[in-house]
Amino acid sequence: MPRFDPGITEPIWKIRWKMNMRSLAQNWEIFKESRVGMSGLIIIIAFGIFGLLWPIMINFVWDPLIYHPVVGFDPMMMHPSPPMASHLLGTDPIGRDILAQLMFSTGREFLLGVLSAVISVVVGTFIGAMAAYYGGFTDTLFMRLADIVMLFPFVPLLVVIGSMIRLGILPFAIILGFLEAFGGITVILKAQALQVKVRPYIDAARVAGGSDLHIIRAHIIPNVLPLSFLYMMFNVTGAIVSEATLSFFGILNIDMSWGMMIHTAETAGYLFDFGKFWWLWAPSGFFITLFCAAFYMVGRGLDEVVNPRLRKR
Amino acid sequence: MLGRVGQLVLTLLIYMTMVYFLMQAMPGDISQVYLANPRIPQAARQELKKQLGLDRPPVLQYLSYIKNFFTGNLGVSFSHYPRPVWDILIERLPRTIVLFVTANCLSFYVGFVLGRIIAWQRGATVDHIATVVGITFWTAFYPLLSLILIWLFAFTLRWLPLNQFIEPALWVKAPFTSNTVFGYMVLGASVIALAVFFIFWTFRRGLRRTRKSAALAWGMTAGVIGLAIWIAHATGTLIYIWDIIRHMILPVFTLTLINFAGTMLLMRDSMLETVQEDYVMAARAKGLPENVVRDRYAARNALLPTVTSLVLSLASSMSGGLVTETMFSWPGIGQVLFRAALGNDYPLATGALVFTGVFLLVAHFVADVLYAFLDPRISYTGQPAAEG
Repeated sequence: MPRFDPGITEPIWKIRWKMNMRSLAQNWEIFKESRVGMSGLIIIIAFGIFGLLWPIMINFVWDPLIYHPVVGFDPMMMHPSPPMASHLLGTDPIGRDILAQLMFSTGREFLLGVLSAVISVVVGTFIGAMAAYYGGFTDTLFMRLADIVMLFPFVPLLVVIGSMIRLGILPFAIILGFLEAFGGITVILKAQALQVKVRPYIDAARVAGGSDLHIIRAHIIPNVLPLSFLYMMFNVTGAIVSEATLSFFGILNIDMSWGMMIHTAETAGYLFDFGKFWWLWAPSGFFITLFCAAFYMVGRGLDEVVNPRLRKR
Repeated sequence: MLGRVGQLVLTLLIYMTMVYFLMQAMPGDISQVYLANPRIPQAARQELKKQLGLDRPPVLQYLSYIKNFFTGNLGVSFSHYPRPVWDILIERLPRTIVLFVTANCLSFYVGFVLGRIIAWQRGATVDHIATVVGITFWTAFYPLLSLILIWLFAFTLRWLPLNQFIEPALWVKAPFTSNTVFGYMVLGASVIALAVFFIFWTFRRGLRRTRKSAALAWGMTAGVIGLAIWIAHATGTLIYIWDIIRHMILPVFTLTLINFAGTMLLMRDSMLETVQEDYVMAARAKGLPENVVRDRYAARNALLPTVTSLVLSLASSMSGGLVTETMFSWPGIGQVLFRAALGNDYPLATGALVFTGVFLLVAHFVADVLYAFLDPRISYTGQPAAEG
């Protein structure tokens, strides 16, 4: 039997790569239109640079004995001291440099937010696609599970778990990711996958002999991926807020984070005089809000890419 | 409908099981806490353990936990000994519900009105400013924001009382308990709300909307509220009610500030879809005024996803209520749960978790019913929608 030869000499992966690049470029054009999304992206990049400065500063510029975010101490002055030349944002009640703490935490916040968001979206996308594709028992099982997970009061649950075991940053990110994954994400992505499932090309793939796994992997998941990506952005926000809140209440076993900085200021009693000791709470509070807002704004920008109806006519 | 209720009960059972095993997994079980007193001899410990039923196999313990829940027996709290858990929760639940229902309705209304405006003026300065301000509050670090507001309004300006539910000095000589007054207050507020709703509903339906009828409606509303105030004054509860309301203002304001943006952005997106529909263009072509087209045609059809989110956000704010109640020392379910979890008060923590779960479950159920009621395309029988 003569094979069908379309006269293409390039390998198939190269063509796929080019097509992906082209659609990425198109989406980028749409995303660029959104002013909110672009500002969010710029803020995130700024945060990234700020976080990357940390290893340089601690290794080459700052003395680790004084500027270490957890055990540093400056013996030359009273603490907490207001901003000055040697401590640009002042020091906290036990003599640690605020700017160093902020910088050190930035990388950790990125790790936490991105890790938990990636886990939730990868697991959620896969489960959503499976539930939509197979339907029946699989569908019912995961949807009821999602109901129960969504039913769990989120913050109280984490408080209970946190009072049980001292959660470090990685276990916390993983727990958060899985809780999100089995909850709302699955339901949303399943609804999207259902719309993909009834398209003709799925039938075509099946007729051509594609296995279930192949169809899910190669046809359904790529088509729900933009929406997954969108929810990833929102999940980063959720993860950071949860971490900050629980750190603030002193429940997590994290040595330093933005929430922890406010916790330190609060337990030492300096939050009773807000105006006077502003450098203890303002930088970290501002960073939490800005960081979350940035991811949320990128999410809003992506929303216009994913939902064509939101775009300007 | 019956199937839905069946699923509800099943979900509740699974949820309760999970809560039970979560509590069992906590280090140092109940007997350890209860029997930690070294002055109790070993024999007495064994006897106590037997009395508490802790020597029985876990399965039997679990079954009696389920049975006790449905007969309304949640055990006795450790930290509030000897008050039963049920008693504490029943006392705290109305406070939580009132706080969050008020705040959610308010933030929903603000978000709805703002979202309607910014969607209509998309791309204008108003749109950008409202979006940025909304996102800022929506993602603001909540505990810190509430601390700032407490510091500003209660500490520096002294306009509002600092935290708590009531002013103890005022209530020492009160001839009734705060819960009685609070109960009457909630009852009165519901009656007023119903009356006002009924007045406006009648005027909207029955008469033509003229300036005179609007004035009459507002007059009657003022009359109803005046009557309520007079009744409160006559029974001598007015100052006490005012005291509770004063304590509610700050938490409600903070919650509104945090939550309104969610509704606003959702409403904006939802409106952007409806303004492209043909009936909006038709309404405009008829020559209807711009705000009538916006409010009666575009906004009403955009309302559907927003209403569902109202019920769901009520549920999620209940669980987030732990933060609010702890920050504002508002003695509700969330605060009880927080203290019980940190203080190893297992019966109380279990009870509060299950209670919150039941509330959320009911809220989800209401959301489903409401959705089916508002959108006739969705049927109850569980048939999937035609587009599949």
